[in-house]
Amino acid sequence: MTEFQAASKMRELMTEYYIEAKTTKEKPIAWVTSGAPVEFLYTMDVLPIYPENHSAMCGAAHKSLELIEAAEAVGFSPDICSYARTDFGADMTKGGPIQGLPAPDMLLCSTNICKTVIKWYEVVARNYNVPLFIVDTPFMHDGLTRDLIDYTTTQFKNLEEFLTGFTGRSFDLDRFEEVLKFSLEAANYWKKILQLGKTKPSPFNSQDTFIHLAPIVTLRGTQKCADYYKILYEEIRDLAAKKVGSIPKEKYRTLWDNLPIWFKLRRLAEFFEDKKCALVVATYTNSWGGLGDDYDPKNPYEGLAKAYLSVYINSGFEHRINYLASLIDEYSLTGFILHSDRSCKPYSIGMYRMQEEVTRLTGKPGVIIEGDMCDPRVYSDAQTETRLEAFIESMEDSE
Amino acid sequence: MSYFAGIDVGSLTADAVLIDETSNIISYAILPTGHDSQKAGTMAFRTALEQAGALEVDVAGVVSTGYSRGRVEEAGNSKTEISCHARGAFYYFPEVGTIIDIGGQDSKAIRVRPDGRVLDFAMNDKCAAGTGRFLEVMAGALNAPLEMMGKLALESTVEITISSTCTVFTESEVVSLISQGRKPPDIASAICRAIANRTSGLATRVGVADTVVMTGGVAKNRAVVKMLSEKLGHIIMVPEEPQIIGALGAAIIAREGGS
Repeated sequence: MTEFQAASKMRELMTEYYIEAKTTKEKPIAWVTSGAPVEFLYTMDVLPIYPENHSAMCGAAHKSLELIEAAEAVGFSPDICSYARTDFGADMTKGGPIQGLPAPDMLLCSTNICKTVIKWYEVVARNYNVPLFIVDTPFMHDGLTRDLIDYTTTQFKNLEEFLTGFTGRSFDLDRFEEVLKFSLEAANYWKKILQLGKTKPSPFNSQDTFIHLAPIVTLRGTQKCADYYKILYEEIRDLAAKKVGSIPKEKYRTLWDNLPIWFKLRRLAEFFEDKKCALVVATYTNSWGGLGDDYDPKNPYEGLAKAYLSVYINSGFEHRINYLASLIDEYSLTGFILHSDRSCKPYSIGMYRMQEEVTRLTGKPGVIIEGDMCDPRVYSDAQTETRLEAFIESMEDSE
Repeated sequence: MSYFAGIDVGSLTADAVLIDETSNIISYAILPTGHDSQKAGTMAFRTALEQAGALEVDVAGVVSTGYSRGRVEEAGNSKTEISCHARGAFYYFPEVGTIIDIGGQDSKAIRVRPDGRVLDFAMNDKCAAGTGRFLEVMAGALNAPLEMMGKLALESTVEITISSTCTVFTESEVVSLISQGRKPPDIASAICRAIANRTSGLATRVGVADTVVMTGGVAKNRAVVKMLSEKLGHIIMVPEEPQIIGALGAAIIAREGGS
């Protein structure tokens, strides 16, 4: 993994964020999903806390299994998302690296990432007896339509009303504009960073971007988040200009689809480095880079609706296939890796067909590996690495 | 005369193949892997050398494969079973298009390019159902020798169905069929069909070409081969000794300078 100078700044930001979350007396706390429109919360001085980010952190710290087992012990099925199980377990036992999350005062859940979040947040709402606002972002089977935009925009207006009632304060449009500006700035820097992966050799690999994703997920809409990505962008831009690669000898360039396997991040990074294979683009990290694409200062609600509807896993199968094929082309990739994540059904469904189609469109080999973002019991090093190695051999044969 | 060796250390057996400069098979060995995979690989290699009356210094290159490929001291390089089975099957059947390999803990289907290299592959998910280990467990439950399972299955007269979703559940299903007084050949046949059904899905995923070759230990089970062939509607070719194809492919890669 690449150690960027900016990394210490990120650790500082994340530590401050969690300290504030744990100690704040003034700000109400909202638990939110990763694809929720947090710009509304930051506008109203409500502090968003992300159980998904926390679960990822538990997974990377090799603490998720004990939390998952605690959740299963009270009856949550092993078939439920491992982020949800990690969250339930952390909440019950106050375990994990930061001893659980601070209690929520409200919940905001958006269905653009999956439908599991509805039930997950209903459980949390019952446990804490706090209000839950659900933003229902319909699935984009055939692209963005006027109906979808209007439907979502209306809900954003409702969210605004809900927050006004919840905080007892009026919605400050100037502040909203400022938050949007920061959100847009961070998303745009993030996007520019990710596009530097087109450089040969790539100055970063996707394992790095999985780590550096934390601020854009949690602090999107704040100035410090925008500032952080500016620093990171400048550092990576300079590395790209100097042709410094993230791995010493980049021979293969691949794409990673789906969530990271948090508990194997380091082992896989070493594995790929040893095989001279750089992961230069990931659909997962790209999801936060597109948030600025639809920004419209004249019509911020509609811009946000478009942005939050258009996230990768809320879009139709054909769009996803074409998107993967276009990334393979734009990033000059030699192959692609599809992580069939047992927990994340909407991300993993249809992967066999997807592999076939993307190979047909691009002529590049692909591989499907079975894993999970947080549950180590469903992952096998030997099986996965054999598949990946065979995939790398097939890229070698294709040369 | 220089030799080249391939050593395939899998979950059930360790196999070694010795070939000469023109890829003639000189000798081979198949030994149980046991608990020490490193030692098993060495033993298989030495046994093959002994049979050929050769010494280690006569061997110009060694490539390892199989799950313990990284733990074979004698090897200069390692390749995955997928690439090795492709090369080994290509050696026997140059027209091969699809390979079905059922090994100890993996079953895989490989699509091969006209030059014997891998085009695409699919493997079983994280589950041992339908693998060699599955067959071994069921043979244990039936109290029948593993190598007799195919012969036994072909004697079946009544078709029964068992699930193919899980080794543990299937084993208890087999035990309950025995206690119901069902005949061992019929149960053996149901077990073989479960393997064939599960594997045919993999083969269909990568595409069934004109020439289908089956490799790996389970290819010795004539009932599985017959049922798979019926299911796919295709003749399946089986090399003379299907269990050494991975090691053979590794030896060929060693000869080509892959070590």
